[in-house]
Amino acid sequence: MQKLNLLKESPSQTAGPYVHIGCVPNFSGIHGVYPEDLGAVMRREGAKGQPITIKGAVWDGTGTPLKDALVEVWQPDADGIFTSGDPRGAGDPNFSGWGRFAGDYDTGEWAFETVKPGPVPFPDGRMQAPNITFWVVARGINIGLQTRMYFPDEDNSADPVLGRMEHKNRVPTLIAQKESEGVYRFDIRLQGHKETVFFDV
Amino acid sequence: MSDGNYFTRDRSWHPPAYTPSYKTSVVRSPNKALISFPPTLSEQTGPVFGHNILGELDNDLIHNFAQPGESAIGQRIIVHGRVLDENGRGVPGALVEFWQANAGGRYRHKKEGYLAPLDPNFGGCGRTITDAEGGYRFRTVKPGPYPWPNRQNDWRPAHIHFSIFGSGFGQRLITQMYFEGDPLIWQCPIVDTIPSREAIETLIAPLDMANTIPMDARAYKFDIVLRGRRSTMFENRPEGN
Ligand SMILES: [Fe+2]
Repeated sequence: MQKLNLLKESPSQTAGPYVHIGCVPNFSGIHGVYPEDLGAVMRREGAKGQPITIKGAVWDGTGTPLKDALVEVWQPDADGIFTSGDPRGAGDPNFSGWGRFAGDYDTGEWAFETVKPGPVPFPDGRMQAPNITFWVVARGINIGLQTRMYFPDEDNSADPVLGRMEHKNRVPTLIAQKESEGVYRFDIRLQGHKETVFFDV
Repeated sequence: MSDGNYFTRDRSWHPPAYTPSYKTSVVRSPNKALISFPPTLSEQTGPVFGHNILGELDNDLIHNFAQPGESAIGQRIIVHGRVLDENGRGVPGALVEFWQANAGGRYRHKKEGYLAPLDPNFGGCGRTITDAEGGYRFRTVKPGPYPWPNRQNDWRPAHIHFSIFGSGFGQRLITQMYFEGDPLIWQCPIVDTIPSREAIETLIAPLDMANTIPMDARAYKFDIVLRGRRSTMFENRPEGN
């Protein structure tokens, strides 16, 4: 028989406690190597759509916030177009779509400024409710964890991803809380009865 | 878009979330099954980084934190290789970031407590973007092994952390590179989270004497493989799309 000659993906290893040095060196106190940390600013003056703030933390199985987590987000612009690689067109030039944020060393809290994403079609053509992809790495996490944040003030009832979940009582783990107009909170729980839904896509 | 959907990630090749000999994973590992759905535009697309973000010394850890005219202390090495996908194709334009301890095994980090000294000329971070064939290279000093709080006497083998972006966010990967011949590799609980020896071997960079710069720096070769993508010719799409 012939061989398929496919390679195997490089196995993941934990980002470790010092992920900040490589990914957000200015945050970690290493100045003068890069002018700024990548992903710190997602929207510039003139970005379309509603400016919003998202705050949160990542919690371990004992209910303690991770003080060394790094979260990355990837989302479309206000019109539902991704700013690079989207076959449907070019996205908002004043919006990056990608952000990277470290939890505070003492409290584990992170926060970022973005715009509310527009809806994007699922592969079968149905519309997904507006959402933001999150990717979480930290010491003790052996492979990055992917999840999604949905909005409490949008109609999520016909979303194809939420709709395919067997345990409907887990859907709320993917929906942010609204703190005030334009301010949302999204807590990511790694374990427990409110464990956030993580995806393998 | 020229790329199709991803090959399914082989989760049995990667470390599982729960690995009790790496103690921190115990309360940081999701218990419930991951939920799958077909890749969407959120996974198929991803951020693209232009060469305009790169500074001249970003791929030179020996000099990018050093005082003018000085350089980091340690064994001078070149790390080079290619970022490939599972089809064996080079991934061009991929942002590769790396970070490491200094030659004594000490990180420049507020929460680092190892008694080995900081090197005033070593910061420990660097980055580059792959060329048209997926190739990358950087210069650094060989990091030292270091002890870490886990069991009573655990030491990390010398390693360099890598973060890699592919052409889509579904390829996002963080991993570590180890060095040929390091006996600590086979005693490390973090390395040991990877289930098979065969998979671990793919993270061990061989000494590459052919690419050594004589009288200057030895070379280590480290290829990184990201998830493959199917050809798009026969993708299953709804009519009219
Ligand atoms: Fe490390």
